[in-house]
Amino acid sequence: MALSNEQIKEKLVEKFGDQVIGFEEQYGMLSFQSAKELNLKVLNFLVEEATLQFRFLTDLCGVHYPDNKGQEIAVVYHLHNMRENVRIRYKVFTDSAQPDVYTATGLFAGANWMERETYDFYGVNFVGHPNLKRILNVEEMDYFPMRKEYPLEDQSRIDKDDEMFGR
Amino acid sequence: MRPVSYNIKKKPLEADISMAEMPEGHQGQGFFATTLDNVIGLARKNSLWPLPFATSCCGIEFMATMAATYDIARFGSERVGFSPRQCDLLMVMGTIAKKMGPVVKQVYLQMAEPRWVIAVGACASSGGIFDTYSVLQGIDQVVPVDVYVPGCPPRPEAILDGLMRIQDLVGKESLRRRNSEQYKALLESYGIQ
Repeated sequence: MALSNEQIKEKLVEKFGDQVIGFEEQYGMLSFQSAKELNLKVLNFLVEEATLQFRFLTDLCGVHYPDNKGQEIAVVYHLHNMRENVRIRYKVFTDSAQPDVYTATGLFAGANWMERETYDFYGVNFVGHPNLKRILNVEEMDYFPMRKEYPLEDQSRIDKDDEMFGR
Repeated sequence: MRPVSYNIKKKPLEADISMAEMPEGHQGQGFFATTLDNVIGLARKNSLWPLPFATSCCGIEFMATMAATYDIARFGSERVGFSPRQCDLLMVMGTIAKKMGPVVKQVYLQMAEPRWVIAVGACASSGGIFDTYSVLQGIDQVVPVDVYVPGCPPRPEAILDGLMRIQDLVGKESLRRRNSEQYKALLESYGIQ
């Protein structure tokens, strides 16, 4: 019998009660959130529960919502149940002043590089990550470029040759 | 017959062998005298070994430049080397990310003097449309550049024009230039040597 979104939701609510919130379904894909402290418990439940078995971490990424005060940065986990071919999306939100989130590397080895990338672009500090350093950008970079906290054009830049661009 | 046809007119052969232009000098029966600069410049400019550093679409245009239609071999540059140790001309074609910058510099350092650099296309010359945190805004931030070829990407004709300008520079370069104070200062400004 195929695993339906209602069944997944029931299982989660049964286990976590009102700690899992924000259930919504977009284009047939279930999405929900919880407090960031719960992320490992929820992920572990999704992986280990006999009927759920979301054993594959498709993607892990960050999103910055600058207007969402106190919860500016979202960490999004995309999980895949290969047996039933069902996907879900799980989000936790964190304060951009102290973006500490527990690492999922213990559950998914593939989370290692994805978390490094998320750290690289959004500055999410994955607590317990074995090697949390920049992966795509130059190591000397001292900011997190995908955060929406910079003007569209940085007037203080000196590495652009104005003569060539007529500015 | 198709409405448009190419290469249908017979072209008469102008010369059996193409020859490089003779440098200025004095000649008489059995001798020809010119400066060493001229002779070496002549030899160097007609046997440039390019090292293609192709990272994006400009590299595709360079491939066309190498192929039969445009044929970079006509300029003595058919020997494209993939080892910087053997090459004279570094051709950087395409976007260079900041993380790639040290690699370009490393390749430049591995080339033996005399060496020349040509930046092909808007990205290599100035960052091009990639006015962003991750892209090097022109390779002249990391290595000295001799010729810039504009275009996004440039046509093969433009790349050939760039190569001919390099040939011009090579042919006219004084043998003392690479030992001069200005040249040392130039390299020093890039933190080389």
